[in-house]
Parts: sequence; C-alpha cells; structure tokens
Amino acid sequence: MLTRRPVMMFAALTVVATSAAFAQDKSIAVASTTSTQDSGLFGQILPAFKKKSGIDVRVISQGTGQALDTGRRGDADVVFVHAKPQEQKFVADGFGVRRYPVMYNDFILVGPKSNTGGFNGTNDIVAALKTIKDKGVTFISRGDKSGTHAAELALWKGAGIDIAKDRGPWYKEIGQGMGAALNTASASGGYVLTDRGTWLSFKNRGDLVIAVEGDNRLFNQYGVMLVNPEKHKHVKKELGQAFIDWLISPEGQRAIADYRIGGQQLFFPNANSPGAQRRAAPAAHAAIP
Amino acid sequence: MPENMSALQLVLTGDPALFAIVRLSLVVSLSAVLLAALIGLPFGAWLALSRFRGREGVIVVLNALMGLPPVVVGLCVFLMLSRSGPLGSWGILFTPQAMIIAQTILIAPIIAALTRQTIEDLWLEYRDELEAMNVGTFGRVATLLWDGRFSLLTALLAGFGRAAAEVGAVIIVGGNIDGFTRTMTTAIALETSKGDLPLAIGLGMILIVIVIAINAAAWSTRRFGERMAG
Repeated sequence: MLTRRPVMMFAALTVVATSAAFAQDKSIAVASTTSTQDSGLFGQILPAFKKKSGIDVRVISQGTGQALDTGRRGDADVVFVHAKPQEQKFVADGFGVRRYPVMYNDFILVGPKSNTGGFNGTNDIVAALKTIKDKGVTFISRGDKSGTHAAELALWKGAGIDIAKDRGPWYKEIGQGMGAALNTASASGGYVLTDRGTWLSFKNRGDLVIAVEGDNRLFNQYGVMLVNPEKHKHVKKELGQAFIDWLISPEGQRAIADYRIGGQQLFFPNANSPGAQRRAAPAAHAAIP
Repeated sequence: MPENMSALQLVLTGDPALFAIVRLSLVVSLSAVLLAALIGLPFGAWLALSRFRGREGVIVVLNALMGLPPVVVGLCVFLMLSRSGPLGSWGILFTPQAMIIAQTILIAPIIAALTRQTIEDLWLEYRDELEAMNVGTFGRVATLLWDGRFSLLTALLAGFGRAAAEVGAVIIVGGNIDGFTRTMTTAIALETSKGDLPLAIGLGMILIVIVIAINAAAWSTRRFGERMAG
C-alpha cells in the first residue's frame, strides 16, 4: 500500500499528540461480559471502587468467549466472565493467574406471552427445551460463544438433544449479544435464554414474558481472573489484583448485593461460598410482570 | 448516562456523560479528518498530476478503497495494535488514539480519491499557465491545492461524514468503554442492544443534528471564502 508509511508516521504522531489529552494515571482494562454491562452493574459498583482506590476501571464488554480471548491476547488486565469450564481452562493454560468466584445470578427462558410452547410458568428447563424442539417453536440462540451461549448448549445437551444435528429452521443463531438476542426474540415471537440481570434492565420486551425460571440447572456463576503477568509483561498486576480483592471483599460483595432494579436484586455475591448456591430468591422473582 | 431519561431530557439537563460522548466523537472524527487530509490531499493531487505505468490501476484501487468496510479496517487495526500484534508495545488498543488511527485509514482514501478528481479537473484549466511558468511538481501540487481549496472542502466533509457515521471500526478498536472510548455511534449501538430504542433514536437525532451543523458551518465558510477570494 502506497500510503502505508505516512499512515504509520501520522499514527505515531497522533499517539503522541493525543496521549496527553487522554492520559489517566491509574487505570486497568477489564474484559467482561455484556450481561454485567447491559444490566448496569458496573455503573453501580465501579464508582464505589474508584472512590476507594482511585483506580479507573475501563470495561470492555464482550461475550465470555471473546472476553477470554481479549485476556489471552494480553489486551486486558482482568477478565470477569461467566463460564466456569472455559475459565478453568483459561487458568490451566497459564493465561490467568487464579480464578475467584464472585457472584451468581440465574438464567431464565423468556418467550411470547401467547405461550406458543405451552410451558410458560413451569420450572423444568429440560422439559421446555424438549417441547421447543418437538414442536419446532422459534428459538433464538446467541451463537456468539458467550457464557450464555455456552450455558444454552450445555442445557440442550442435558436435555439429550444434539443441537448441531437436531436443529431445524426453528433454531436461529444470531451471533450477537444478549440485548440483540432479546430484541430478535421480541420481534419474532421466539424463546430465548437470557441472564436475569439483562432481562430486568431490558426495555424493549414487547410481548416477552418469563417462561421458565427457578430450575437449579439455570444457575449462573461469575468468576474473575487476573491475566497472567508472566505471559504478558505489561499487565498491571497490582492494580488488577486490587480490583479483584475489592470485588471479593465484604465491601465489594455488599456493593454487588445492593444493586437493584425496581427493588429486585440482580446479582447474588458468593465469593466465600461459591458451592452453596441458593435458588435466586423465587419470591421476589414472582413479582416480575 | 443516567437510566430512564430520554435523549431530549439529557440534552436539556446538560448531562455531562452525554456531552463527554459528543465531545469524544468530535475529537476522534475531526482528528481523523485532519490526519487523513494531511495524507490524502497531497497524495491525491500528486496522483492527479503524475503519469506513470500502472497509474490507472492505482486510481481504480484508490476509488475502490473509498468503500472500505469499517469493520474490516477495525479488525486490521485491532490485530496490529493488540498486545499480541506487531504494534502491541504501543499499548494503545482500546484508547481514543486507536480509534483515530482506524478512522484515518478509513477516510484517507476518500479524501485522496476526491482530491485526485478535483485537481485533475483544475489541472486542465491551469495546465498551460503552470507549464509556461515552469513550475515543478511540488509547486504545481501546492498551487492547485490552494486554488481548489473550496472544492476540496467537500472532500473533507465527505471524509468527516464517513468518520462520524461509522460504528464498525471504532467499536472494535475502542471497545466502547464507558467514559473513555464511547462515541455517539457506539452509544447508539449499546442502547439498541439494551432495548432502549427511544434513547437510541434520540442519540441518533443528536448525531444527525451535529453532522448537519458542521456541514452548515463548512458551507458558510466556503461561501464566505469564495466571496472574499472574489
């Protein structure tokens, strides 16, 4: 390319010219999921952390698969996602230092109010998925290797359905984020698996209602990891670890628990007892329109 | 931005987050126009005046590059600037600088191609005069760029329009980080994905108004300048 050298030169110039304008002393980059961002959780807890530590947390919200990849490439200091097997692999492969459980919420199956699947209001996700497949009811899949997509695939498998083989025109993979999947389901009258946080803060519900909730298999655990400084020298390990330490501290855990939309708690901190999940407050959930 | 507020309320209450987003959009896109102009104007003018083997091919490629998909540019810049990429040591992925670089690459061909066309037309008019005065290539480029400055404003505006409107490149290399790399277009994409369609549309309206305002300002500058220049 003819313009390449000048481009590089001016690029370097721009960097020098603008870095002063945008420079901030203490900042870390956190690759996280669309669910934590779209639900508004970070908007709630990051100011509290900044006030305490002076550290500016820059959140890049992606699907879990992409967020882990961002960490693998060294483009983030901390990864905060929700797909335990992939997280464990991330640490085992040496890209993350250690995985800390932080909090959980739950997945729900939402679908049309008209109850095209006939299972609205039940709590057996496996039965619901079998019905969707048997009846060929429209189902929207994230299809983007996100944590929610991974959870969805695991649920199909758990229902004894090989989705790669058994899928039909009713199964639509959109390859986009949670919000886009909800928009698509809302517009096409389909069912979609979503995390409860994104659902609660989602504003374009149309005729969508919660169809299936409260199944233990719908548990959704979040974990946080520091990107391994041995793999990527520039990782800000002290600042990144300070953020992780705060997230799992009583103060950080309280900040997470305090985040509510319309009086409802979205995330349930469990840094100290990640195994002992409780069902995510079904009484409160029943009140959701 | 605060929850449950319409775009109009955000404007009327002078929401600082909204203004930070507008400011960043303008800083990024205008910086990109400036850098792309520094590359595209001289290159386009030089291409208009020079004759060499393969020139037609270069023009065809340059014209085609006007249609560079932003998402492809974004991806290429991402791969270059990633810590695992060749320019990873710069450490500027997910910063406004990275966004400026991506948009510069995106719009430099637009400015260069439109400049080439404009200058080539002017050249037909000035040719005899400049050749008689025995002006070198550099002098010709400078003279023609200066004389065509008002027409070339359109090339810059086309570049600005492209930069201000695109979302594919900035969202990949900027990461849409709240308060740091969130622009008008990435904010619109985010609000759409959150299902807040009224806010997304409202932000879209604000973006369109800003683009119109900048074009109006450029237009009046051009009219004023033409009158002054006689």
